This record gives sequence, C-alpha cells and structure tokens, in this order.
Amino acid sequence: MNDVELKRDKVQLGFWLYIMTDCMLFASLFATYMILRGATNGGPGGDELFSLTFVLVETVILLTSSYLCGIANLALRHGKRKEFFATFGLTIALGIAFLAMELTEFSHLISEGHGPATSAFLSAFFTLVGLHGAHIAVGILWALVLAWALYRQGSNEDLQRKFGLFSIYWHFLDVVWIFIFTIVFALGVA
Amino acid sequence: MKKVLSAYKQERSRYTYAYLLAAGLTFAAYALVVGKLLEGTTLAAALLGAAALQLYVQSRYFLHLDDKKETPRWRLVSYMFTWLTLLIVVVGSLWIMSNLNYNMMMSPNDMTKYMLEQNGKGF
Amino acid sequence: MSALLGRLDWSYLPSDPVTIGAAIGMPLALLFIVAAVTYYKKWKYLWKEWIITTDAKKIGVMYGIVAIVMLLRGGADALMLRAATALGGPGGTQLFDTDTFQQVFTAHGTIMIFFVGMGLMFALFNIAVPLMIGARDVAFPFLNSMSFWLFFAGMILVNAALIFGGFSNGGWLGYPPLTELQYNPGPGVDYWIWSLQIAGIGSLLSGVNFFATIIKCRAKGMNLMKMPIFVWSVLVTTVLIMISFPMLTASLGMLSLDRLAGMHFFTSDGGGNPMMYINLIWAWGHPEVYILVMPAFGIFSEVVATFAKKRLFGYKTMVIALIAIMFLSFVVWQHHFFTMGAGANVNAFFGIMTMVIAIPTGVKLFNWIFTMYKGRIDFKAPMVWFMCFALTFTIGGVTGVLMSIPAIDFQVHNSMFLVAHFHNVIIGGVLFGYIAGLTYWFPKIFGFRLHDGLGRWSSYFWVVGFMLAFLPLYALGLMGAVRRLDHYDDPAWIPFFVVSAVGVIVIGIGVALFVLQIVYSVWKRKTLKDTTGDPWDGRTLEWSVPSPAPHYNFAIDPVVSRIDEWWYQKQDGLQAPRAEDYKDIAVTKNTPLGFMIGMAAFVLGGALIWHIWWLAIISFIAIVLFAIARTMDDFTEHTIAAKDVMRMDMEARS
Repeated sequence: MNDVELKRDKVQLGFWLYIMTDCMLFASLFATYMILRGATNGGPGGDELFSLTFVLVETVILLTSSYLCGIANLALRHGKRKEFFATFGLTIALGIAFLAMELTEFSHLISEGHGPATSAFLSAFFTLVGLHGAHIAVGILWALVLAWALYRQGSNEDLQRKFGLFSIYWHFLDVVWIFIFTIVFALGVA
Repeated sequence: MKKVLSAYKQERSRYTYAYLLAAGLTFAAYALVVGKLLEGTTLAAALLGAAALQLYVQSRYFLHLDDKKETPRWRLVSYMFTWLTLLIVVVGSLWIMSNLNYNMMMSPNDMTKYMLEQNGKGF
Repeated sequence: MSALLGRLDWSYLPSDPVTIGAAIGMPLALLFIVAAVTYYKKWKYLWKEWIITTDAKKIGVMYGIVAIVMLLRGGADALMLRAATALGGPGGTQLFDTDTFQQVFTAHGTIMIFFVGMGLMFALFNIAVPLMIGARDVAFPFLNSMSFWLFFAGMILVNAALIFGGFSNGGWLGYPPLTELQYNPGPGVDYWIWSLQIAGIGSLLSGVNFFATIIKCRAKGMNLMKMPIFVWSVLVTTVLIMISFPMLTASLGMLSLDRLAGMHFFTSDGGGNPMMYINLIWAWGHPEVYILVMPAFGIFSEVVATFAKKRLFGYKTMVIALIAIMFLSFVVWQHHFFTMGAGANVNAFFGIMTMVIAIPTGVKLFNWIFTMYKGRIDFKAPMVWFMCFALTFTIGGVTGVLMSIPAIDFQVHNSMFLVAHFHNVIIGGVLFGYIAGLTYWFPKIFGFRLHDGLGRWSSYFWVVGFMLAFLPLYALGLMGAVRRLDHYDDPAWIPFFVVSAVGVIVIGIGVALFVLQIVYSVWKRKTLKDTTGDPWDGRTLEWSVPSPAPHYNFAIDPVVSRIDEWWYQKQDGLQAPRAEDYKDIAVTKNTPLGFMIGMAAFVLGGALIWHIWWLAIISFIAIVLFAIARTMDDFTEHTIAAKDVMRMDMEARS
C-alpha cells in the first residue's frame, strides 16, 4: 500500500486502540461503582436520588445525537452538503443539551447536600458519570473545531477521515452510556 | 414498481433501523423498571440483557463492526479482546470483592459462627 | 496556605541529614552538567539533535540514559536500606529514623519499577523494534517524543520530592487508608501519585504506538509468523500495556480525587473500601510485571540464537507461549492478596491459574536450552548474561509457584521470602535481560561495541551479589522476618541481614563495572569500532544496516521472505544495491511540541501537588493547546531525495 494509505490506516488503528483503552478506564470505574453503590454513608441511595424519566430523556437525546452523527458521516461521504451541516449541527446541539441536563442534575444533587464528598456511593457516581460528561465536553469542542474547518475549507479527504474518527468517538460515548443508563440509573432506581 | 434506493438512502435506512431498535430497547428497560414488571435478579438479568442487545445493535450498525469487506479485521478482534478482558476484570472484581465483603464485614460473633459452620462442612 | 503558592512553604525543606545531603547533591550535579554543556557550547546541539528529535533511536537512547541514572538512585536507596537492616538488630543502632526508612523503600520500589524497568524497556523498544521489522521509525513519531517527555516529567517529580516536601512513605503501590488525607495529608503521596500518573500516560501511549508500528509498519513479506521473537514479545507486551494501564490511571485517579476533592473511594470513613484499591491496582500490577519480563524473554530469544549460531528452537511454540502468558496474566492478579480474606474458592481459582502460567514460561526456558544444544556457542557478554538469567530466574520462578499455593502464601505473604522472590525474578529476568539487550544492540546505535570483558565481569559481580543479597532473605522470610522492617529483636536474623548487605555491596560493584564499561568503551571507541554493522554475525534485519544506523534506518526498503532473513541472505551471498533501488524517503520533522507538553505536564503535576490551582489550570490549558496545535499542523514530514540517500548509504558502507 502506498504512503498515504498507510498513514490513514495507522491513524485509524491508533485511534481505535485509544478507544479500547478508554473502555478499560470506564470498566475500572464501573467495577468500582458497582462495589460502592451500597455505601451511602447513611444517606439516600439511587432509588431516592435519581429520576429515571429525566435520565430517559437524556438517553434519548444522546442516542439521537449518535444516530444523527452517523447520518452526517454518510452525508459527508456522499457529498450531501446541506444534509451534512443540518445533521451535524443537530448532533452538536443535542450533545450540548445532554451536557446541560447532566450539569443541571449534578448541581441539583450538590445543592441538596448530595455531593461527591458525601459518601463512597456518590464519589463513584459523580466520577463515573462525570468522566463520561467530560468526554462529551471534549467531543463537543472537537466537533466545533471540525465544523468550523469544514465550513471554511469544504470537504476533502483529510477532513472526511478526521470526521470518521470523531464519529467513532461519539458513537463509543453512547455505547458507554448504555451501561451507565442500565447499571447506574435503571438498576439504581429499581 | 419497486423503487431502487441509492446507496446513500440504503445505508441511511439501516442507521434509522438500528436507531429505532436501540431506542426501543431503552424504552423497554425503562418500562420494566418504572412499571415494576419484574423484580430482583430477574429484573437485573432482563436489564443487562437489554443492554447487551443494544450494545450489539450499536456496535454493529453505528460502529460498523460487521463482517463486511471494508471493515478491518483488527477492529473486531481488538474489540472482542477488550470486552473479554473487561469482563474478566469487572466480573472477577465483583466476585473477589463480594467474597471479601462477606468475609471481612461480619461481626466477630457472626464470624465465629460462620467458621464453625464451614468447619462442619469439612473445610 | 496562599492563593498564589498553594501550600508551598519553606517548612517543606528536608530536615534529616540524609535527605539534606541528597537535596544538595542533586542540584549540584545538575549545575555541574549545565556548566559542562555551556563550557563545551553544546546547547544548540542538545536542542536540535536530542530534545526536539522524533527519531526513535535517539528517543531510545534518552530513555536509556534516564533509566541508568535512576538505577543509580534506586541502588543508592537499596544500599541505605540494607545498611539500616544490617545494623537494625538488637544492640545495634538506628541508622536513620523510621519515617525516612519508609520513604527510602517507597522511592526504591517506585523508581526501580517505573523509571528503571519501564525506562529500559522503552529504550530497547525504540532502539530495536523499527530496525527489526524493516521500518524507518515507529507509527507515530511525535507521540513517541511526547511519551518520552511525559516519562521525563514523572522522573523530575520523583526527584523533586527529595528537595521539597519529601516523598511518599506508603510503599511503591501506595495502599490506602495510609495514603489517604487522614494519615498522610502532606505532599509526599501526591508526588507519588502525579509522577506515576503522568509517566503512566506516556507508557500507555507508547503501548498504542508500538502495537500500531508492529501491525502496520513491517517490511514487505514479513508476515506475523516471520517476525523475530523479540518483536512478538513486544507485540504481546503492548497488548498488556493497553489493557492494564488504564486501570492504574483509574486507581491513582480515584485516590487523587479522595485527596484533592475529599471523596470517599478508599477512605476508612464515608463508606470507602480500601480493599477495592488493592484489587484494582493489582489488576494492573500483575500484568505490569509481565510487561516488564516478556521483552526480556524476547531479547534472550534473539541473543541465544545469535550466539549459539543456531536457529531458535520451536518458533511456533515460543509464539504460542507468549500469547498464553498474555492471556493468563489477566486471571492471576488476586494472588497478590490471598490473605486479604476472600475465602477458599476465590483463592483456589487464582492459585491454580498462577500455577498454570508457569507452564508457558517453562516452555520458553526449555526452548532456549534446546537452541543451545549442538550450537557453536560464543560466550560474549550477552550470552553470559543469559546464563546468569537462566540460573537466577529459575530459582525465582519456582519460589513463585511455591507461593501460588494459598496455604503456603499465608505463611510467607509480605515476608522477606516474598521480597526475595520478586527481586529474584525482576533482577534475574528483567534486569539481566535488559542489560543483555543493551549490550547486544549498543553497537547498532553508537557504532562501537561495549568492552566485552568488563561486561562479563559486571555480570559475575551481579549474579554473585544477587545470591548473597537475596538468598538469605528467603531464609529470613521463613524465620518470620516481615518486609519493610527497619529494626528487629531476634539476634539470629543479624548474620542474614549482614550477608545481604554485603551482597548489595557486591551488586554495587557490578553496577560500577557496568557504568565503567560504558565510560571505558566511549573512551576506547576507536578500537571497539563496529566496522561492518554486523558485529555478532547476526540473524535479523537490524544487522543489515551500517553502524551507527542512519537516521532513516534503511536506505532501501527491505523485502523479507523467511524467518532470520538477514542470516540466510548472507548464506545466499549478498548483492550490492543498484542505483535504481534508491527512492525518496519521507521522515518526520523534529518538533519541540513533545518537550513542551512534557514540561507543561511537569508544571501541572507540581501545581496539583502543592495546590496551586491557577497554575494547574494554566498548564492544563497549555497542554490542550499544544496538542491541538500539533493536530492542525499539516507539514510534519520532509523528504530526503533518492540521490542523497544513495550518497549517504555509499559513504556509510565504505
């Protein structure tokens, strides 16, 4: 294979490997959460603190964002400029909405005296969900930089590749969220 | 007359199909909890089952981990290997820690009783 | 406590004579080096050729230099520890206070594992892997530079602790609740956390880098089953690095959140569970020791085949053994805490898995021995190091299998028996292997061999010193001596501790000879010159390029069709390259961004340790901006024209 293909291949492999290491990082925090979820230090547990309806809305927002990102990727590859900016714009907007909802939930919990320093359960909760949120924030930043580059330069192969990497990252964050939704919230409320 | 969809529209409908499936699984999980349709370990198993299914849907359709020609083989292999070690670490940790919690967090009276019981079983 | 300087304060300067000595000595040594570089007017050279380099070979040399310097520091710690225990019996004297003792053994372990072990490992990866697979560099040269400077930042933090604040006293793994705020509010534990966290990110990225390199950058025709076994061992090691280091990041991260944000992951109150830390960090820690030893196994596969002048016995089973060890190293970690109370079922499972992992290791040892059988053995230093390894590591390995039986482990856990075991396998396996590798590949990088006699003598002192220093510890462990003990009442232990202290001195002579070997060889480099590029009559591709290897490694991309390709090419008769074989070569440009990110990471670490929040935020933003700047740079390579390549190649070969 020629040099350009090799470079593209290497970067894709390298980025995918980084995503795998991120999986292990989240796995460590999941294991810790599952073990510490009962350690509420006398305070309320997930069943009292979480609203599953609120989380359902968050989940649908993030899932839709991930879906639209996939469509945007398709549109970019097929040269559909209008569809691309529409779906990508919505991807970013929904990501911001998700983050806003999450920050609202966090500040609500903290103001009620259920901050991360209160108990082991809350430390684990805030760190696991917070790390995911931090990843979303980084993703939004990355998406904005990409959107600006695509708007200024138009589509080219280099930017298409970079967008491909972004969409892997964004889909992966929704995969992690499946388990946060299930293990932290659904099982926490039940 | 059947309309032949362009490659773009075909792929887009696959994404939509996967999206609706994933959303459906999410709502199902929600309903199970809020509707109190199941309890205890059965509920946990059902929820984890729904999660596993959604993982499959999202991995295959969003992350393109399928057996098509364009998908590089190392992606699937590294993904499966990561999941394998992830499960070993998570399940292993849960096994170890629940064992530890049981053994280490009992009161001294309970501990004596437990040890005598185990002794009786021939350990 | 102020907003500008956090909790930085003059009271954190050292107060005991030992630490004061180090705190003065280190900056003096640094000053001396700075003066020397200035006197010889080498700043521009240092910057241009080394600090901003993206060349893997140079990055490897820098890793090696840092690792060897840290070996001296860790070795000095060892001397102090054994001097203290030799004098620590009844009627003896307390050489220095217990708190210092605890800092010394913590520093010793931390430095040896993270900065000597990992440092030498990455040195050897960088020096040998691209050359062995016929590549010009690693897959991501910039990432490589950044990884090194992150490692360097961690190293500075560990040493800075000596001057300001003191190091952790919590052991090399920092078990809570001792390392929590309640018992350790000072900066020592934070130094430990952040130097490892920063260096750990560097290691993780290098793992990704070398895996991608081996998968994507091999020469044409070199499919996986034609790679040298060292490359296989690196591949398997990088898998371990990628899977396990995030668990270290998570453990250290959660501990730092406990300390910085008052959280309760591992505290003794608030519902925290210190046992979870031990579980998680050993889930990293066990793969870590295989990360350290498997490249050493790989080095021996190359060394034994080369110096026995015989093809490695059982290539396929060597590969299978490496893969088996890789899988198994993920299912044994609980054996590090058999005594923590998990119960018989759990202990039995992990005990059996631990026994099983000895099997593929044994297969490898037998294969090396079978390689030697009916070979024509040339006892150069690397081969002598192998013999030392075979003797030493085997003892350590079997004591490991002994401890894999939980009932026995209950007697010897955390005793000197354990200390003897792990030093046995790390020194016998990892250290002897890495020294053999350094000696073996030294001429390829520097253009001259290391003096062989001094190398062999170093190995003799190392192996005899090792026996004297550590075999008594097995006995001590069985007699009831626990680890991390600075004074004791049983007079029967004294002779053992004294012999051990003598052993450390003998090892010290071995280290001195090793350093002398390097210094002497540099002095006599003209007589030790490697004129052919193939000083050992080697078997693998790196020996087909001139020594020192040119910046671009291979003038012409090699094509491979079998295992030990270079060896068989020599048998078939070498052909001179033709003018039309030379093509333009693209090489990655040097860049200061890796260095800048590393330095910003050092500042970030220091700011977090001393609670200087504004500085932490600024340095974090700086790192992000530097990284973004790099990703936006589209002109990261420059081309060497084919005719220049041909000219340089002809010059090197004449």
